[in-house]
Amino acid sequence: MVPSDTNPVRRELIDGSTAIVRGALDAGCDFFAGYPITPASGILGMMIRQLPAAGGVAVQGEDEIASIGMCIGAVSAGARAMTATSGPGMSLYSENIGLAVMSEIPLVIVDVQRLGPATGGPTATAQGDTQFVRWGTPGGYPIIALAPASIPDCYHLTARAFEMAERFRCPVFVVADKELGLTLNTVDIGDLKPGAVPPRPSPGSPGPPYLFSPADQVPPLRTFGGGEVVRFTGSSHDERAFITKDPATIDALNRHLAAKIEDHVDVISIVDTDLDPEASTLIVSYGVVAGAVGLAVSRLRHQGRRVSSVVVKSLWPLPEAALTAAAAGVERIVVPELNLGQYRREIERLLPGVEIRGVNRIDGNLIAASEIVEAA
Amino acid sequence: MTTVVTPLSSYRNERPYPFCPGCGHSAILDALNEALVRRRADPASVVIVSDIGCSGLSDEYFATSAFHGLHGRSITYATGMKLVRPDLDVIVIMGDGGAGIGGAHLINAARRNIGITLLVMNNLNFGMTGGQHSVTTPTGSFTASTPLGNLERPLDICGTVAVNGAGYVWRGTSFDNDLPDRIAAAMGSDGFALLDIWELCTAYFVRRNQFSRRAIASTLDTLGFATGMIQHRPDIPEYAAAYRAAAAANPPPSAPQPITPTYRASLDRPFTLLLAGAAGGRVRSAGRLLATAAIMSGLYAAQSDDYPVTVRSGHSVTTLSLSPQPVVPAGDEPDAVLLLSQEGAGKLAPLLESLKTPALVLRLPGSATVPTPAKVIILEPPEKPRLSKADRALAGAAAALEILGLFPRQALISAVEAAGRGREQLEIVALGAAMGAAAKA
Repeated sequence: MVPSDTNPVRRELIDGSTAIVRGALDAGCDFFAGYPITPASGILGMMIRQLPAAGGVAVQGEDEIASIGMCIGAVSAGARAMTATSGPGMSLYSENIGLAVMSEIPLVIVDVQRLGPATGGPTATAQGDTQFVRWGTPGGYPIIALAPASIPDCYHLTARAFEMAERFRCPVFVVADKELGLTLNTVDIGDLKPGAVPPRPSPGSPGPPYLFSPADQVPPLRTFGGGEVVRFTGSSHDERAFITKDPATIDALNRHLAAKIEDHVDVISIVDTDLDPEASTLIVSYGVVAGAVGLAVSRLRHQGRRVSSVVVKSLWPLPEAALTAAAAGVERIVVPELNLGQYRREIERLLPGVEIRGVNRIDGNLIAASEIVEAA
Repeated sequence: MTTVVTPLSSYRNERPYPFCPGCGHSAILDALNEALVRRRADPASVVIVSDIGCSGLSDEYFATSAFHGLHGRSITYATGMKLVRPDLDVIVIMGDGGAGIGGAHLINAARRNIGITLLVMNNLNFGMTGGQHSVTTPTGSFTASTPLGNLERPLDICGTVAVNGAGYVWRGTSFDNDLPDRIAAAMGSDGFALLDIWELCTAYFVRRNQFSRRAIASTLDTLGFATGMIQHRPDIPEYAAAYRAAAAANPPPSAPQPITPTYRASLDRPFTLLLAGAAGGRVRSAGRLLATAAIMSGLYAAQSDDYPVTVRSGHSVTTLSLSPQPVVPAGDEPDAVLLLSQEGAGKLAPLLESLKTPALVLRLPGSATVPTPAKVIILEPPEKPRLSKADRALAGAAAALEILGLFPRQALISAVEAAGRGREQLEIVALGAAMGAAAKA
């Protein structure tokens, strides 16, 4: 393809980490703290180089616990913060993810996944944290997780993560992987143009830091240094952030933490659908695997097969309505994943009675389109 | 932001303290209140960051801003606040338990000299959970978890933070009359200010050890722990201010340079080329130049690099996926492999054995023969000039381009020029192209 002289195509060779950093900066991120870990260190390095020039602060903490802790503190003082790590660092984030949930601190957490438990394979790709991000802290409360499938996705979904974190006052995960994070790919610069990111609304006249009623509504974030006395807490609390043991108040608090997300799945849902109304097979994928799915769908249709594809971008909460609609009439669902079937179990729960096949790799290599074609 | 400071006559709210009779916490919080009054602090700009345990309740008795977080992590939240808003008065209150579990944060706050004030309510055991031993429990003391007497030596909190660069370090007791002055002075200092305040846990430690105000003094004496002003170093830069100064002096990063396609590629299908060489052999760099040249030729390119964690030893394998259409990573087989060294050939041996015949293997001397069903072309570098290890990758890439004919050689030359590489690199490209042309013939 050769562009015209008047409208030259402008491209770049960048990796997903770069796109995540740009998405964050364009969404108004002004604080970053992280700890080096392959394959997420690139994000830390770029943030440390670029945030000061953008008027922000980026530091390396003494460990992952301190890094996410600094982010939470920064948000309480008015920042828009992000941190990035990989599986072993996610383990150390666990307690503070809970604090962000309970204290209703908006925060973007990037998990550039690597293979296996413990140290595992730092430079091998995987999607092993699919359920870990969902259930990564005690108590069992919902979180929001977005899964980019391409480099432009890394940009746009990071910006969306900031938007959702603000709107729902909660941690939002960007679940990438080594392959997306570190592989350079060609992007059209026009595909990385920022959308409108709303500024944080002014809380207006002084008020309580928390509101539990109506349960699904989220009160404006009030932060330190804004002229009014503000309180945050990670303990079971009342709307003024004082510790309480009153069962009715605690019930209202905990139901609010769930309802503010679960009652708004429709606005959180992001799926890319490629549907054939006569499809007998539906392929459900997310993250880097979606690339091979696209190739497999083309090949299957070339063979005359009727197939549909849903690429889930909002991994959590599960976009049940979109998945149920896409599955209408199909005989089988194929779920390719770089784990042993963590998302497949959600599909099995949602759509009992449909034959569900997994295509699973946990050897650090990507699933090839041919493997998906074979399973479909 | 300008805020109207409205000092209060008391920074306490209406809530009565919940602490046990004789517990030192109430006296320490009264001293904090007195310090805030003397400093005519703005209650909204004072943030009391509380930890966990009985001391963790402290923020609830003040009319100031507050953050009640997790055990031992209070210093990290306070650090984030101070980095964002250096104008805030950030006061951390933790117990000896928090100082133990948050030991890494304690040391690093001192090392950074971050401008927060830390009050350690040090009652030598865990009061809230039943009187277990902490990092400051004196040797031989009886606690719920040391029924035969504590075998561990107590941590010298002040000595630890002082030696690591804390700006203001003081040790005293909850009985000290000058405690409000000390807290006020600590808040007025720029750097990391720590007050290690020894006190009585009447619920547990006092009962189990016949401990008393007098025993605090004798224990400190026996341990040889200094009391009073231990360190005051206004000369050590405060971290948040130092960060801002360094950031202001740092030039902004250069903007990325877009690539505009100006050449025509002959490649009309997806094509995967592997470059396999030695770490430190500029394999990734050669891959990047080829990928950039491909984009300059209107193709889409993706590049994935594999190398050991040690970075400068072992193999370095770069996978280049080129296509007229956008490239999706999908783990497909290579169409061609360029073997640059023994390390790369060794890494790819299993793959080479299973390559399908249409694939092409280009091999520079120095990489041993590996069994493969693919067609192998040997590249012969000229006798002179001698090809250095660092130039093999780019020369090999230029040779591969000549043989495979994916896009014009001129695109690679433009990519080398755009990367700011010198005339020497262009000579390597010419040498490689000649090597490729000879092999093809």
